[in-house]
Amino acid sequence: MKLSLNFVKDYVSLDDNIDIHDLAEKMTKAGNEYDTAEKLINATNLIIGEIKECKPHPDSDHLHLCKVDIGKETLNIVCGAPNAREGIKVIVAQVGAELPGDFKIKKGIIRGQESNGMLCALYEIGIDKKFLSEADKNGIHELPQDAPVGGDPIKYMGLDDAVVDFELTANRGDLLSILGMAYELGAIYNKKVNPVEINYKEVGNDVNNEFKVEIETKNCKLFLAKKAKNVTIKESPDFIKNRLIASGIRPINNVVDISNYVMLEVGQPLHFYDADNLGDKILVRQAKNEEKLTTLDNIERTLTENDIVITDGKKAIGLAGVMGGLDTEVEETTKNIVIESAIFDSVKVRMTSNKILRSEASNRFEKGLDPARTYMAMDRACTLLEKYADAEIVTGIVKYDVTDNKEKVIEISYKEINDVLGTNISKEDIVEVFRKLDFKTEVKDESVVVIVPTRRIDISIRADLIEEVGRIYGVDNIQGKLPVVPMRIGHLDKTTRKIRQKMSNMGLNETLSYILINDKDVHKFTTDDFEEIKLLDPITEDRNTLRYSIIPSLYKIYQYNKARENKNVCLFEIGKGFWKKQEQYGENQKISVLMTGEYYTGIGHSKNVDFYDIKGVTEELLNFLGYEGRYSFVLPKNMPEEFHPGQTAEISVNNDIVGIVGRIHPSVEKEDVYVMEINLDKLLEKRVGKMKFKEISKFPTIKKDIAVLVSKDITSKEIETLIKKKAGKLLLNIKVFDVYEGKNIDDNKRSIAYSLTFGTPDRTLNDDEINSILENIIKDLENKGIEIRK
Amino acid sequence: MKEQIEKIKENSVQEISKAENLQQLNDLKVKYLGKKGELTAVLRGMGGLTPEERPIIGSLVNEVRDELEKIIKEKEEKFEKEELNKKLESEKIDITLPSTKIKRGSLHPVNRIIEDIEDLFVSMGYDVVTGPELETDEYCFERLNLPKGHPARDMQDSFYINSEYLLRTQTSAVQARTMMANTEKTPIRMITAGKTYRREDDATHSHQFNQIEGLVVDYKERNVSLADLKGTLEVFVRKIIGANLDLRFRPSYFPFTEPSYEVDVTCFKCGGKGCNLCKQTGWIEVLGAGIVHPNVLEMNGYDPEKFGGFAFGTGIDRLAMFRYGITDMRYLYANDVRFLNQFDRKDEE
Repeated sequence: MKLSLNFVKDYVSLDDNIDIHDLAEKMTKAGNEYDTAEKLINATNLIIGEIKECKPHPDSDHLHLCKVDIGKETLNIVCGAPNAREGIKVIVAQVGAELPGDFKIKKGIIRGQESNGMLCALYEIGIDKKFLSEADKNGIHELPQDAPVGGDPIKYMGLDDAVVDFELTANRGDLLSILGMAYELGAIYNKKVNPVEINYKEVGNDVNNEFKVEIETKNCKLFLAKKAKNVTIKESPDFIKNRLIASGIRPINNVVDISNYVMLEVGQPLHFYDADNLGDKILVRQAKNEEKLTTLDNIERTLTENDIVITDGKKAIGLAGVMGGLDTEVEETTKNIVIESAIFDSVKVRMTSNKILRSEASNRFEKGLDPARTYMAMDRACTLLEKYADAEIVTGIVKYDVTDNKEKVIEISYKEINDVLGTNISKEDIVEVFRKLDFKTEVKDESVVVIVPTRRIDISIRADLIEEVGRIYGVDNIQGKLPVVPMRIGHLDKTTRKIRQKMSNMGLNETLSYILINDKDVHKFTTDDFEEIKLLDPITEDRNTLRYSIIPSLYKIYQYNKARENKNVCLFEIGKGFWKKQEQYGENQKISVLMTGEYYTGIGHSKNVDFYDIKGVTEELLNFLGYEGRYSFVLPKNMPEEFHPGQTAEISVNNDIVGIVGRIHPSVEKEDVYVMEINLDKLLEKRVGKMKFKEISKFPTIKKDIAVLVSKDITSKEIETLIKKKAGKLLLNIKVFDVYEGKNIDDNKRSIAYSLTFGTPDRTLNDDEINSILENIIKDLENKGIEIRK
Repeated sequence: MKEQIEKIKENSVQEISKAENLQQLNDLKVKYLGKKGELTAVLRGMGGLTPEERPIIGSLVNEVRDELEKIIKEKEEKFEKEELNKKLESEKIDITLPSTKIKRGSLHPVNRIIEDIEDLFVSMGYDVVTGPELETDEYCFERLNLPKGHPARDMQDSFYINSEYLLRTQTSAVQARTMMANTEKTPIRMITAGKTYRREDDATHSHQFNQIEGLVVDYKERNVSLADLKGTLEVFVRKIIGANLDLRFRPSYFPFTEPSYEVDVTCFKCGGKGCNLCKQTGWIEVLGAGIVHPNVLEMNGYDPEKFGGFAFGTGIDRLAMFRYGITDMRYLYANDVRFLNQFDRKDEE
């Protein structure tokens, strides 16, 4: 909302030399933030001049040599405007003038001729071209003949205004009007608000005899119509044009301008119909699906039954709350008009305007309107039409009103106000706040009854009044303190942050990636059964679906880094993966790891990441979380296509698959890139016992080695299982210490060597019993066809 | 015999002094002091001496033996030392060559700030809670006093997946969840942090960002007030963002609080003098806060006549950018390892 200082001064008497920035800052502190605060015209050293002589420039086909009388002297000025001519009064920028866009006027020589200033067009002194007439767009501005030579043109034109552009909150629809702003400023500066001037005569028979309004939708609660006859369409007076321009609205003609002027002034959008194109009736109803309407901007709109339309009983002539129709537009030739002042449902208007067009009108309907203003706007429009368009206002008003517009009466105790604000504001100061806001009050000993004016549709409960007191009393005056509540220690589950610390300590960089990915990637790196979750209205196709796995996110990050020559990439992220199954939605906390490039670096023994590194990282994580001895790495039942079929394992904890680890398939990624993901929700629901000390054995252990030569099809895990089974309880630990394949061994075989540690906490073992165990193991392996290397 | 001993001494001392290494020294030790050594031979030949001579000669031999042993030992030690020095010299390495490194890990700057904020509020008795990111319209909006069609929903253009579910636009959704989950309807002090999503993407807005949200609900008689909110946020800002910063509360509007405030903090970049970051105002808007709206309490099962409290929320990404001097928001989500590697140490206390 652009606030014209001149406009609001009609209603609240602010000091003439009020500092616009101070006003803007005070409003901000009261909750009305501003974007800019500046003079309407930012130009200096302008003076009214008269062209005394205008000759063509000898060396140009379009420049003029002008002699311009500015009172104190006559200046030679070279001017290129086509309308420069003898006898007109003009705006002269003198040498030293500064115009918008950092444009400084200097003495100059233009094609050999001296020029001591510039004759200005309005757009050159800062009025946007969109507000200007064709003549003003194409040439210098011509002032009326009564303009005083040597005077200040800005003042003369009434453009000595200042504008504050406010960014208002959604609840303060009342401030989308000069009148609302006047009340707000009145509360801040402690000034009374002047009444709106309403004064017009009515003529002829009652309008109800010739015009009807019918409402067929519950989305219109108030509809007023009046007629004005014999209007004269012409240019608006300067003050109306200037105020519209200052408010960002283009002046058109006096009648159209009055509808906009009144909307700005009291906040109620109006619509004027050409009565001769309208007929004798207005019918308001919901549009029909596929119903067509050509709006004022000459665009054919296709409507739905959610839109409210104004009709003449047969066809749509306006889109309620948003824009009028082209057929009944007020034009140069219009004689008689029907004035509409109405309230349409804010939510419905908002839906329509979101879909079709946001306008000054829709913005106000959406925020809600005060029915008292609907009546006031009608009267104000009649007053101005009579005064500035010679209108004859027809007697009576066509009225449909099912609003229940009563002032809200709220009683609140002084104690509650102070309790909520944490203050000790006196009863007198509280009552004073309401007086400044121009709210009527009934003061009691312990409480105050506040009669909230209907313009403040945002106030309905006690908390709203507390806000008003805080706002106007000034939140800066409230001293901060800490709550006095019983002492307690907050609860914080540190599992996630400890995992993050652990992963980081293992050399991985924590990432933060987007959960929205391309739907093409959502089923990658998994064979899990789920439906993807797509956005209804994505910004881009690349981010149109919620990820299920974090691996696609990490893989994208890897590719980003690879493109930047970052070769050693070891990442982890903890985040959500999302799924849908049988109309149920869910999300799980997951941890993913991606590793590629060098993991250890050192002279002569740098090492690139391989499967066993990422497996090691995975085991470290599981051990850290207390799952040691409860997990295994198993061949996947269903291998996701994106994984290397020979270098991928599922992670099983308590015989339940919680994740996957492996190398990315070479057809997906040429480099050796390894990824891992665990569903943390699924993992962490498996309970872990307390960390407890185990007595350290006082007796020595015995170590034995066994080496086997087996087919490559047999996994190490299978042999380990066989050994463990035969070894029994005395086996404390089994470890692979060597794997060999190649020279001196069959191509399809490999040798694996295990180191076995035996011991028991209650006695020293003797060599014989261990040797016999070892013999049993060897016998068992040989029986199963496994060759023992001696 | 005396002369013989003197001779042996003279010869041996001379020979020992000429020895060049441990081996030669060892040989001389055998030659003179060994079982068949010359000095031993003298002792053996003492049988022919008189009882008077024996002790004299015996002690003379022992004297010489002690002396020889001493000088041999000294020489031995010298040789050993030389040998060790030689070995050490040969084992010398260039200690300036690079070490063996395990890749260094790092923690993301946004999560670092979240931890600090959580720790601060835990110390003030707040529970850390979490909520879903794929949220229902009910919890994200309706239970927060934002019915369908409410104009304030415009402030938060959302990613819906159907008419019911959306990616949460604000961590405030967890407020409603926490109140609803508290079936005993006891006082609440909670903080929640996490990802939030809005349908906008430009140089200063990421469609995904992080928020932190706090909620206090307590019995009315405990008067948890705006002044308490002010004090709490002063602690928050000065502990997390900067000790010398001032706060400015500006009345504003959020449907879930009444009164509502936007909280500005002295511009971190210029210290309040005015710069391009704060658009010359000297202030940066950091938090949204207010007194919990009675409708929100009521809709989530708390009687607004018996309970009151405050709520606040802030975007974390910008705080992280400020703390670490990160110049572009996009760095936070690009995950360039050259960026990530810079966050590999502990924060200063």
